[in-house]
Amino acid sequence: MSQQDADPPSLYAAREPIFPRRVKGTFRTLKWWLLAVMLGIYYITPWIRWDRGPSLPDQAVLLDLGNRRFFFFMIEIWPHEFYFVAGLLIMAGLGLFLFTSAAGRVWCGYACPQTVWTDLFILVERWIEGDRNARIRLHRQKWDGEKVRKRAVKWTVWFLIGLATGGAWVFYFTDAPTLMRDLVTGQAHPVAYLTMLILTLTTFAFGGFAREQICIYACPWPRIQAAMMDEDTITIGYRDWRGEPRGKQTVEGNGDCIDCMACVNVCPMGIDIRDGQQLACITCGLCIDACNDVMDKIGKPRDLIGYLALTDEVRERAGQPPKSVRAHVFRVRTVLYTVLWAGVGVALVVALFLRSPIDVNVTPVRNPTFVTLSDGSIRNAYDLRLRNMHGEDARFTIAVTSDVFVVLSLEGAEGLTVMVPANETMSQRVYLTAAPGTRAAVEDRTDVRIWVEEQGTTNRIHHDTIFNGKGS
Amino acid sequence: MCAKPVKKEPRQVETTGHQWDGIEELNNPLPRWWVWVFYATIVWGIGYSVAYPAWPLIKEATPGLLGASTRADVAAEIARVDAANAGIKAKLIAADLNAISTDPELAAYAERAGAAVFLTNCTTCHGSGAAGFEGKGYPNLLDDDWLWGGTMEDIHYTVAHGIRNTTDPDAHYSEMPKFGVDELLDETQIGQVVEYVLALSGQEHDAALAAQGTELYVDNCSGCHMEDGSGDRSQGAPNLSDAIWLYGGTREAVTHSVFYARYGVMPNWSPRLTEDEIRAVAFYVHGRGGGE
Repeated sequence: MSQQDADPPSLYAAREPIFPRRVKGTFRTLKWWLLAVMLGIYYITPWIRWDRGPSLPDQAVLLDLGNRRFFFFMIEIWPHEFYFVAGLLIMAGLGLFLFTSAAGRVWCGYACPQTVWTDLFILVERWIEGDRNARIRLHRQKWDGEKVRKRAVKWTVWFLIGLATGGAWVFYFTDAPTLMRDLVTGQAHPVAYLTMLILTLTTFAFGGFAREQICIYACPWPRIQAAMMDEDTITIGYRDWRGEPRGKQTVEGNGDCIDCMACVNVCPMGIDIRDGQQLACITCGLCIDACNDVMDKIGKPRDLIGYLALTDEVRERAGQPPKSVRAHVFRVRTVLYTVLWAGVGVALVVALFLRSPIDVNVTPVRNPTFVTLSDGSIRNAYDLRLRNMHGEDARFTIAVTSDVFVVLSLEGAEGLTVMVPANETMSQRVYLTAAPGTRAAVEDRTDVRIWVEEQGTTNRIHHDTIFNGKGS
Repeated sequence: MCAKPVKKEPRQVETTGHQWDGIEELNNPLPRWWVWVFYATIVWGIGYSVAYPAWPLIKEATPGLLGASTRADVAAEIARVDAANAGIKAKLIAADLNAISTDPELAAYAERAGAAVFLTNCTTCHGSGAAGFEGKGYPNLLDDDWLWGGTMEDIHYTVAHGIRNTTDPDAHYSEMPKFGVDELLDETQIGQVVEYVLALSGQEHDAALAAQGTELYVDNCSGCHMEDGSGDRSQGAPNLSDAIWLYGGTREAVTHSVFYARYGVMPNWSPRLTEDEIRAVAFYVHGRGGGE
């Protein structure tokens, strides 16, 4: 049994507020650029126009859920081509594996929306409330006029950013200029307002208040990543063999670390990297910038904190130079991920160029497998789904080829031609009939090939299927 | 894996003070807001159970203050669809039966509505693929052979009034004599007629017996089935010269049919289906490959 404690510790703890200090350096600059580029792409993309002719939307990137189409510049994806989306998702997954096994949580530190928006929110916070010390002071201050004013301004700006985030999201799903006008005049679909409201509130809450807790408590990715990382994976580490024992420079025997807490103060996750690599570390690199700044000032070599792999630690402790970044990154595992990733990509590109602007699906009617007609001939029915992916109406001619003689006819139409309207899928039942006693009528199954040709073009596709005879 | 980083001062994690066989229970406290969220879900749950049907009573659950009911939602949805379809249903009833196929919108509606009516009401006898049951007396609706006619008007009439039922005075009616049971023909004569019928449809037969059956057929059968065996649709008399057999075309099956006769019944659907439903299902059946 357990020992009963007189004063049991609380199982819950309030969040320790984090006030990341401003930092300058290589990684901070890189992150600012990435932030600008990625947010720029996110906000601007729906407004790019792309002329597709009269009956199709002219938005370059559009997820048209109502008509079940996905437009991406010159590419138009139909529901039956959803494997492109599946392929892209597989590529995204493999890409994450690749980057994680090579460079650790580089996604978390640089590209994750949670990180990017939090960075933006912290920037706003600093502009309005000042840097770390000022913010700590404000945090401890009573709710006087200054605090109320600063908080109100900050929350308003955060809210506007959240509104822009949710607003940009809905533009991906319908024509952006039209929706913008409808949103302003209050005529947009309630779903658009609801989506914006939810995304505004989540952006506001996640970027403004939840911040690192999303990464620590809500996100599954940090937990999964451990499986992708190995001793060659580059992560952020503290060279304790160089830094310890930490303390004043003037004391003999102390290491390079002067325990200035710069690395801790700039950390958006509120951790001490000197405790070693840990779950909460998103490898954003800001502690490297902070420490290098200090090392430069006290005249010590840089990279007391730096990107390094576990194997480097062993080598450096033994006085050997660390492996090059190249040697870390190029290894069987990452090459394999790259090959798989590129393989899926090449397959998608090939599939994209091979696809035809018309498509046919043939479903043999199996209930019943055949019908005996009054003259004893055997008839099979097939349901054709004809898809016209052109922007204009098209006439499709249907034909059949086979080793045996079968006669083709269409339900509800004279002749062998049907009109399929622009951008539509049409069902057409066709019949194949074998005269009594012929091979097709007598044999169990015969291979047949159904051809569909678009009139006035060279588009011609076929579908192999089976003709069911009476059997023996 | 290589050695783990050695930490000079490993960060101490608080323990709960609990120990089992020397194993300490560490305490990594949950964030406090997490607990608040938990309490919030309880409050939400109470509010939900007041607002929505929740607590089971003997006959039904508590109705909830908002009066939400999924049954009412379904009823409203059905009413909405019915209201939306009212126009096209009226159009279907008013349309000329043969003109339905010329109006793409009407044809598409009739095809789908007819399929639903067929699957609900007709599949028991005619099968979900409308292929009937060969040899069991349930006609195949896909082929080009029709007992009572295969035009839109014929099919519409048959669906509405049925065949040989006792409920509709306008039902198709005819009755084949029980040649064996009522001793209209003796067994030898029946054998001869059967051989003649097999000959009519070009099947393997005994030519001598068939020749003897010729006169018997003309005297007894041709009134309905015609001299050439082509049948008579006004009496629902099947074509005996083709490859389609409602009750089977073997010697045994034909003998059975002559001896005991056949009496296939179909209900009249006019009391159970609305006019637009009858028209829709007639259109659906007409478009299965055999329509005339």
